[in-house]
Amino acid sequence: MPSEGRRYDPAALPVGMPKRLLLAALAAALFASLIGAPSAFADALTPESGGSQNADDIDTLYKLTFYIGIVVFLLVWGTLIWSLVRHRVRRGGTADQIRGNTPLEIGWTVGAASILVVLTVVTFIYLDDIESPPPSGPNGLSASSSQFATIDQPDPPGDGGPVLRIRVNGQQYIWRYVYPGEGQLFSYQEMVVPTDTTVVLELEASDVIHSWWIPKLGPKMDAVPGHVNETWFKIPADQAGTELRGQCAELCGPNHADMRATVRAVEPDEFEAWARDKREEIQAAGEAVAEQREARDPQAETEGN
Amino acid sequence: MHGLRDPQRGWLKWLTTTDHKKIGILYLFATFLFFILGGVEALIMRLQLAQSSNTLVSPETYNGLVTMHGTTMVFLFVVPVLAGFGNYFVPLMIGARDMAFPKLNALSFWLLLFGGVAFYASLFFEPPQAGWTMYPPLSDDAFTGGGGVDAWIFLIHLTGLSSILGAINFIATIHNMRTRGMGWGRMPLFIWTILVYSYLLVAALPSVAAGVTMLLTDRHFGTGFFDPAAGGDPLLWQHLFWFFGHPEVYIMILPVFGMISEILPVFARKPIFGYKAIAASTVAIAFLGLLVWAHHMFTTPTPTVVLAFFMLASFTIAVPTGIKIFNWIATLWRGQIVMKTPLYFAAALPALFTIGGISGVILAIFPVDWYLHDTYFVVAHFHFVLFGGSVFGIFGGLYYWFPKMSGRLMSEFLGKLSFWLMFVGFLATFLVQHSMGLEGMPRRIYDYDEALGVETYNLISTIGAFILGIGVLVTVVNVLWSMKNGRPTGNDPWQGNTLEWFTSSPPPPNNFDVVPRVRSVEPMKDIRREVAAASVPAETVAQPVAPRSL
Repeated sequence: MPSEGRRYDPAALPVGMPKRLLLAALAAALFASLIGAPSAFADALTPESGGSQNADDIDTLYKLTFYIGIVVFLLVWGTLIWSLVRHRVRRGGTADQIRGNTPLEIGWTVGAASILVVLTVVTFIYLDDIESPPPSGPNGLSASSSQFATIDQPDPPGDGGPVLRIRVNGQQYIWRYVYPGEGQLFSYQEMVVPTDTTVVLELEASDVIHSWWIPKLGPKMDAVPGHVNETWFKIPADQAGTELRGQCAELCGPNHADMRATVRAVEPDEFEAWARDKREEIQAAGEAVAEQREARDPQAETEGN
Repeated sequence: MHGLRDPQRGWLKWLTTTDHKKIGILYLFATFLFFILGGVEALIMRLQLAQSSNTLVSPETYNGLVTMHGTTMVFLFVVPVLAGFGNYFVPLMIGARDMAFPKLNALSFWLLLFGGVAFYASLFFEPPQAGWTMYPPLSDDAFTGGGGVDAWIFLIHLTGLSSILGAINFIATIHNMRTRGMGWGRMPLFIWTILVYSYLLVAALPSVAAGVTMLLTDRHFGTGFFDPAAGGDPLLWQHLFWFFGHPEVYIMILPVFGMISEILPVFARKPIFGYKAIAASTVAIAFLGLLVWAHHMFTTPTPTVVLAFFMLASFTIAVPTGIKIFNWIATLWRGQIVMKTPLYFAAALPALFTIGGISGVILAIFPVDWYLHDTYFVVAHFHFVLFGGSVFGIFGGLYYWFPKMSGRLMSEFLGKLSFWLMFVGFLATFLVQHSMGLEGMPRRIYDYDEALGVETYNLISTIGAFILGIGVLVTVVNVLWSMKNGRPTGNDPWQGNTLEWFTSSPPPPNNFDVVPRVRSVEPMKDIRREVAAASVPAETVAQPVAPRSL
């Protein structure tokens, strides 16, 4: 290449003020975009949240780590770009023959380690709030609810309403929700839950591994055949009427992308009414099926189902 | 005069060769071919996702593409391309005349190639569709029939055997065949990382070999290792797979760290900053890398104390990795940086890997991972470390060593064009994928709901992917063009530090007629200094270091 010689020519490199200005402008632009970006696209840089306290805690934990990450990013990119621009080859220049600097090296090792110690401490501070289900709120599902009270008493301290335990069963490509209480109560795809009530999900799968996730409700958990996994959420009282969407997060077959889920939050009263209607509906449907079966084959009833 | 014996002529010499340089070239050609195949698969996926409700490919085809792309890039590109560079340059850099076991070396290559061919043959019946992680029960015959998964198992066994044999060969070569004077403290950092890469392969591969054998017998011989109905457990697979799979991540990045630890000092005209720290942190990363596998399983039913252990273990890896990044920047600091294409790619690595490292720390916090796991945030993370880290470094190595392998320089214009296209394309493709994940888009889906609000991100990502693809294509053109038309180069076009630059380009079959005695980690710099001392007037020699400014 004929131009090869010229590339080494230090005279061709910009020197002095213009370069420094360019660099300053570059740094300013980078800084401005980083400051501006979180406010303009806050949504694009942080997790969804707002549907449950544990989702909000995850959001906070993420943001803390993210801000520390931004500082590290600026430090690394800043010194790297500075070195590449400032220390280009120039006529008569010599490279400093530095082989190491023990205090500096110990310094950044300790620096990196202490950032991680801070992150560890912060994580453990938030962990319990994210992991352990709190008691239900005062406006949640009533402890005296005839349908659910007998089964889902709060944990021993008992300082809240009952916790609603729902069995969530993943199967290609739909979620099935089984509610507690007398008489069958189950639904598919759309999970109806009372607000201000702690809902504990017991996740299981009947074919392949699935993963339960509603972004606004925070954690996702895998539903693994042969295991029962747990997660929880508690939708605030003022969010009655909201519908939260999510989908299966673990590849579960060709139609994995179509395995959607919805959580609909309603007032506890409305929830109880829904549950009562649904139980009756299911019972009626079951009886209808049994009748049909009996009409076709009287033996079937005795063979069990 | 250099020949050990008469080399065979024509294409036959490539089939029968046991010369480490020819085998290295075979590795590089084969793996770059697989890289292009894997890249085309990625571009088809990106096209499908460019907008929601797209019908370019069926869900089955999409899952096939996901599986083929991941498997190809990991098992048929990044791991073996490093074996290719290692094959070519380990003997040259340690002043040896070949690998310890040349025939075993040839076997390693052919096992790899036939593993790849067996895997790609599944395109003609039914490609595997369960993802490169092949989680059962989905990968059991009840849910994924056809021969695709079996072809994948065959690939793992063949490439695994290839890697283990290659690793043993590297270990034997590096321990026994270093030239006079090259003690452990004078070994080039690339050699350090290839040695650690080899030990990691030997430690990690048996686990996945056992896993895929159990999967094979589950599928065809009625066992139930992973079937809960038969007393097995799907999580057993995940442990076996990730006990291999996470060290694999370091297998894919450590030799690349070694490469740029060679490239940066050469182009900064400075010694590497903290040689011992880089070598020691490589060993530390490898050891810790064996202890973090379950951070891929944070959302499985696992006790909190186990989750906490794997979070802390993952955190600790950030320390030696951070040390390396600071060392590289300190190597550039106050250098006389020669802005050639290899430097561009090598300097991009610390920049991009830092972003992947930061997102890695975020993902290691298991409560946060409960949100981010299996989303596009993870996809962005591992492309920043695997593409931004490994692939950019590998391209740096290609531009750095091409003159040695071919005797010709590559076009600087095409090289820099390729770099900028790849750099911009890469950032456009993968930065927005963080946001997709944060918005709630899971990975491995052939379609997404418009209401998710990720359509713009996906379009940007797709456009970026094509810019990236064009960038790669420019390098392919550059290689093909420069092989014939590149400017002929001497032994040492870059003023390198290590022994491969002592011999001619390309090196003769016996590598060296004479090997200089090694007195430091930069033997070539010593030789240049001696030559200069012998040929310049005495007063200049009296003051070897010129004043900083004139």
